[in-house]
Amino acid sequence: MSGSQRPRLGYDGVAVVTPVTIPYVRYSTHSAHWWLGRALGALIRGAGIAKSDVDGVCVSSFTLGPDTAVGLMQHLGMSPRWLDHIPMGGASGVVAVRRAARAVQAGDAEVVACIAGDTNQVDSFRNTVSQFSRFAQDAVYPYGAGGPNASFALLTDYYMKHYGATREDFGKLCVAQRDNALKNPHALMKKPLTLAQYIDAKPITDPIHLFDCVMPCAGAEGYLVMTEDRARSLELPFVRIRSTIERHNAFPEDPIQFRGGWAMDKDALYAHADAAPEDIDFLETYDDYPVINMMQFEDLGFCAKGEAAAFVRKHSFTIDGDFPFNTSGGQLSVGQAGAAGGYLGFVQALRQLTDSAGRTQVSGAKLGLVSGFGMINYDRGLCSGAALLERGHAL
Amino acid sequence: MSAPLVKPKKKNPVERTRLPTRPPASRSRSAQGLTRAAAEGRFEMQVCSECNTLQYPAREVCCSCLSEHLQWKPVDNRGELIATTTLRHSNDLYFRERLPWRVGTVKMAAGPVVVAHIHEDCVADGPVRLALKLDRSGQAVLHALPEKDTPNMNDAAQLRESACDPKFRRVLVTDGKSAMGQAVAKAMLDAGASAVFLGDPTRWKTVAAFDTLAADPRVQIVELDVTDTDSVDRVAASIGGKVEILVNTASYLRDGGILGRKDVILARDAMEVNVLGLMRLAQAFGPGMCFRAADGTNSAVAWVNILSIHALAALPARGAWSASMAAALSAAQTLRAELGGAGVRVLNVFPGPIDEEWEQLTPPPKLAPSAVAKAIVKSLQDGVEDAYVGDIAEEIRERLRENHKAVERELGNQ
Repeated sequence: MSGSQRPRLGYDGVAVVTPVTIPYVRYSTHSAHWWLGRALGALIRGAGIAKSDVDGVCVSSFTLGPDTAVGLMQHLGMSPRWLDHIPMGGASGVVAVRRAARAVQAGDAEVVACIAGDTNQVDSFRNTVSQFSRFAQDAVYPYGAGGPNASFALLTDYYMKHYGATREDFGKLCVAQRDNALKNPHALMKKPLTLAQYIDAKPITDPIHLFDCVMPCAGAEGYLVMTEDRARSLELPFVRIRSTIERHNAFPEDPIQFRGGWAMDKDALYAHADAAPEDIDFLETYDDYPVINMMQFEDLGFCAKGEAAAFVRKHSFTIDGDFPFNTSGGQLSVGQAGAAGGYLGFVQALRQLTDSAGRTQVSGAKLGLVSGFGMINYDRGLCSGAALLERGHAL
Repeated sequence: MSAPLVKPKKKNPVERTRLPTRPPASRSRSAQGLTRAAAEGRFEMQVCSECNTLQYPAREVCCSCLSEHLQWKPVDNRGELIATTTLRHSNDLYFRERLPWRVGTVKMAAGPVVVAHIHEDCVADGPVRLALKLDRSGQAVLHALPEKDTPNMNDAAQLRESACDPKFRRVLVTDGKSAMGQAVAKAMLDAGASAVFLGDPTRWKTVAAFDTLAADPRVQIVELDVTDTDSVDRVAASIGGKVEILVNTASYLRDGGILGRKDVILARDAMEVNVLGLMRLAQAFGPGMCFRAADGTNSAVAWVNILSIHALAALPARGAWSASMAAALSAAQTLRAELGGAGVRVLNVFPGPIDEEWEQLTPPPKLAPSAVAKAIVKSLQDGVEDAYVGDIAEEIRERLRENHKAVERELGNQ
C-alpha cells in the first residue's frame, strides 16, 4: 500500500504526557463545557504549568453545540495559537495525537491540550442519535430508531453468520473487560459479570443483548502533547509515538462492514514503527460493541480475517492474562462518555506506559497499541485509526 | 407466513384510547425525492446522468464522478437480505409502542446497500423486493417484501402501518345516491371493510342500486347532505367515532364556463358541494379521526377525496366546476398537513372523465365508477397518497409535465 508513497516522518522529539480522566457519572446536569473545562484544568495542574503555557488545543465533543472549539476557547479564557476540533467520535483520541504531534514538531505550538468530553442529560442520547448525520436522519433513524444498537446488530448478525463467532465468544471478551474494570476506580460498572449473566441478559436488538451495549454517561478525558525536552524539564513521565494511522470511509464497496480501515493501513503502521503485533504488550481497542473488538484483532494483524473467534478462545484478556486487553475495562464496563469514549483507550495506554495505571497496571508494559473507530454515519463506522505508543522512560 | 388479521373486537369504552405518535419525520430536501415516488407507488432512486451510478442515501452530487446531475428514475427493486435484526428497544415513542420491529440490510441488485423495514415473510439471506411506502409521518420508507407474494402478507403489522387497508375498517361514503358512491361502497365491502356508512343526501329520491346496497347488513344508511352544516354535524355526532376511512363521493358537476352567464349560481353550487362540503366534513370528522389514528387494528387511517385531473388543469368548457376542483385540491393539501399530524393519510384521487349521468355528453374513453372504486381500494392497500386513474388522467398529467402551457391551450379548444 505504502510502496509508492513518500516515507513518512517519525514523531521524534514529541512526548505525550499527563493522562487525565474526569470521573464519569451516568447523568450530569452540567453542560459539555463544564466537563471539557475540568479536563483542561486537570491537565494544567497535573503538568504543573500555567494556563497560558497551553498554546494549542484540540477538542472533541458531541454535546458542545451550538459551540465549537472556538466558542469553548472564549468560555475557558484561552488564547491558543493553534486550535483544532475533531468530530470523529471513537477515532478522536488517535487522530488528535496525530494532529497535535505534528503541530508540536513543526513548532506551530509548544504545548497542545487534547481534550474530549460530553455531558449526558436524560435526553442527550436520544437527541444525539436522532440528529447524528444526514444519512442517518434520511436512511437509518426512520427504520425503528434503534440507534447504534441496531446498526451494530446488523454488523454482528452478518459477522456471526459468516465467520462463526458465537455469543460465548463475545461474552468472553465482555467478562474479561469487566474483570479489568473492577480494578479501575473510574469504571461505572462495579459488579462482576459472569458468562451466564451475559448470555441470559435481556435481548435489545437481536443478536445484541444488554451486556453488548455501552452505557451512555458523562465524563471527560485528556492528555498533553509537547516536546520531549519540555516533558523532561517538567519532570513528567512521557510516552513516545512510534507510529500512527488513520483512514476514513474505507472499503466503500463492501456490502456490509466486516472490516475497518485498519486492514488498509496496518502494514504501514507496523513498518513505520519497525514492529510487529507480537511485540505489543497490551491492546486498547474501541469497544462500543464486542464485534468491533473482533474486527480489530483481525484488521490489526493479531489473527487472520474470520479467525478472531478462535483467537478469543485461545487467549485470556485480563490485565494479568496472556493478552492484556482494554485494561481499563473499556467502554463496555467504564461507560461511554460521548467523544471521551474515543479517548478512553488512548489515555489508559498513556497510564500503562507511565506507570500510573494503578491496579490496572500491566507489569513491564513497554509498547502498547491503541485503536479508534467511530461515526456510524449511515450503515457502518467510517473513521478508523491506531497508534503504537512506547514508554519514554526506562522501566 | 403472516397470520391472517383477526377481526378486532368491539371497543371497550372503559379503556383509554392510545393517542397517535409518528415515526421520525426529518428528512433532507434531496431525500424527499423518495417521497415523491412513494406518494404514487413508484420505486425511484437517484441515478447519475453522467456515469449512471445509482445513489443511496439521496445525495447532492454523485458519489462516483462528483457530477451534480442526479436524476430520479425508476430502478430495479430486487435485492438480497444480507443482515437482519429484530428491535426490542427503540429510542422513538412510535416504534416503542410497536415492538418488536424487524429491520435489515438489503444489498440491491442495482448496487447500493439500504437499511429497510423487513417483512416478516422475508427469509434471512434470501431474495427480496424493495418497495417505497409512506410511513405514518407521511415520509417515504423502504420496505423489503418477500420475492413473491405470500398469503396474508398485507396483514403483517409492519406493512399495515404503511398502508390504509380497508380490511376490518369502517368506511363512510358520503354520497351513496351517486353511481360513484355505490361503486365505492361495494368495493370497500369486497375489500373486507367491516361496515359502510352510506350517506343519503336525497331521501326523496329512490335509487334502486342504493336500496340494494342498503339491504346488506354491513351497510348503515345515514342522512347526510354536505351542503348542510347541521346535517354533517348530526352524522358526525352519531357515527364520527367509528369512521376509520372517509371517502367523499359528494360531487357537483355541471357544464359551463364563466362568460356564458350573468350569475355565479353554478359556480357557487359547485363550491358549496365540492369545496365547502369538504371543509364541513373535515371540521366534523377530522378531529375524531385524528383521535383514533393509533387505536389498534382498526385505527382511523385515511381520508379520500375524489377530485378530477381537471383540478390540475382547468377544462374551460366546465370552468366553474374546474375552479371548484382546484379549490378542493388546495383544501385537500391543507387537510393533508392537518390530518398528517396524527398520521391520518389524505388520498387524492384524480380520475379522468367518468361514465355517469352528468358526463353524458363527454366522448369516450370514460371510466366506469367501479374502476375508480377499485383504484381507490388499491391505493389504500398500497398506501399511496396521489392516484391518477385512467388513461386520460395519466395522459394529461404527462402532458402537464412536458409543457403545461400547451395543455392550457389545448384544453381551451375542447
